[in-house]
Amino acid sequence: MTSTILRGKAHKFGDGISTDLIIPGKYSHLRSNLSELAKHVMEDADPSFVSKVQLGDFLVAGKNFGLGSSREHAAVVIKMAGISAILAKSVARIFFRNAINQGLPILICNTDMINDGDELEIDLAAGTITDLSSGTRLTFGRIPDVMLNIMREGGLIPYINKYGDFKL
Amino acid sequence: MGKTLSEKILSQKSGTNARAGDIVIATVDWVFVQDTTGSLTIRQFRESKHTTVARPERTAIFIDHAVPSPNRQFSNDHNFLRQFARETGCLFFESGNGICHQLVAEKLASPGEIVVGADSHTVTAGGLGAFATGMGSSDVAVIFALGKTWFRVPETFKINLIGRFQKAVDAKDLILHLIGTIGADGATYKALEFGGDAVSRLTISQRLTVANMAVEAGAKVGLFPSDHITKRYLQEQGRGTNYIRLYPDEDASYEQTLAIDLAELEPMVAMPHSVDNVTPAHVLSGTKIDQVFIGTCTNGRLEDLAIAAKILKGKKCHPNTRLIVAPASRKVLLDALRVGYIEVLLSAGAIVVPPGCAACLGVHQGALGDNEVCLSTANRNFRGRMGNPQAFIYLASPATAAASAITGEITDPRRFLE
Repeated sequence: MTSTILRGKAHKFGDGISTDLIIPGKYSHLRSNLSELAKHVMEDADPSFVSKVQLGDFLVAGKNFGLGSSREHAAVVIKMAGISAILAKSVARIFFRNAINQGLPILICNTDMINDGDELEIDLAAGTITDLSSGTRLTFGRIPDVMLNIMREGGLIPYINKYGDFKL
Repeated sequence: MGKTLSEKILSQKSGTNARAGDIVIATVDWVFVQDTTGSLTIRQFRESKHTTVARPERTAIFIDHAVPSPNRQFSNDHNFLRQFARETGCLFFESGNGICHQLVAEKLASPGEIVVGADSHTVTAGGLGAFATGMGSSDVAVIFALGKTWFRVPETFKINLIGRFQKAVDAKDLILHLIGTIGADGATYKALEFGGDAVSRLTISQRLTVANMAVEAGAKVGLFPSDHITKRYLQEQGRGTNYIRLYPDEDASYEQTLAIDLAELEPMVAMPHSVDNVTPAHVLSGTKIDQVFIGTCTNGRLEDLAIAAKILKGKKCHPNTRLIVAPASRKVLLDALRVGYIEVLLSAGAIVVPPGCAACLGVHQGALGDNEVCLSTANRNFRGRMGNPQAFIYLASPATAAASAITGEITDPRRFLE
């Protein structure tokens, strides 16, 4: 990760966004064709999502984001859509690991304060989120060190290639 | 201070005194992928600097989610997995053998072991006392390479089970009741540990059903202690020597303790579109159903087909309701054939599809049409799960599913078992 300051627009979703809503099982045959798979990210929750997202934007959700399947493709296609971080009130555990393993920051905070379309600035090092549209300032929960170190290397595979093993 | 089942297993496998909240690195006894997560896992593995699989004899590849292959893309992915298995010497389970989680229970997992699969329902093997959990492709690729991974030792919710099920009430009703009580994120990052005197009256099939759905409450694992029933099950699979007695310490520390009296449970249904949207089956009577699906890693075992056959014997499915049955493994199908369940189900009008995941994930063998309603014995009813975001999925036990197939609407099965 080179920059610790991220800036972009919020794309807001509700509670309980499952991996079947992020990328449905019916597209499983496209899992070896990620660019084709990525065209369908979030389409059952918001068909216009792919066309709206600008590089660097944020996916903002409520409780229990990413519940369900272990398909890491869910994190992969969100990242491929151009999303630079996910903000949620809480996240299902497999998705949490998958996002970090893909080098996609996932920040736990009270997303009620953020509206769809708000411009956000996130300081990953300081742990703060500034909603530039409303002027609200939020903090996000601390990511465990082991995950932070993986995220800093851009994901688990680059991390393992650098260190050769897990470093706690 | 004593230890929970999770703390005991993670201590042993990490060589530390593991306590809830600790981060440990532990050896993984069994690691596996299936045909929707395998190709990404292998690509991630190849992006790593590692060229050999650490323990091919403990690394398994299953083709189960789309069998036989419904299209060229899946066929190519299947060939990619076959080729990798040949090159590395990993264990390989070809299409038709059954669902990965059922085969892990029948052939691989034992009490006290750690099992990691690139599939969220890996938790199923917790029914045998294995610390079994799902992870994504990158984590699993690294386990392929190193034979180990990191775990946060989970805090534990102890679920004490007492009493006996009423007639037509089963393990599925128990776990739906529990998820309805604590919520779809009620146990996020936690372990569910089952105890109480009723555990010794639950078969392994029932324990696997309960453990399978631990993840639907957000849990990392759903763990049962091992006992004489576990021992007998392993003996029946020809693996009796793998048995060890596993139980929590009496003074283990639990974040929460809940008690459930099995005698107070009734047939339950999870309504669209979340697994914690649970209500008794009789409340939904009159809800018309287009399709009933009996199968999956949750409820596709011999005991599940037995109760369905008992209810459907000599009866016909409602003319407006299709019944799809998918045995969880080849062994289940063979056993069900021998004892006559398959003949009963076919005679009632069922479509029996090959052992595998079948209609559960919406790729084939029973994808739903617009506005259709399905009653399924699977574990998930998320919008879009069975191939169509405009369809509605209810989850229930095999008994409720079979009774509902006859009436064409959601039906409390108790009146069919009098």
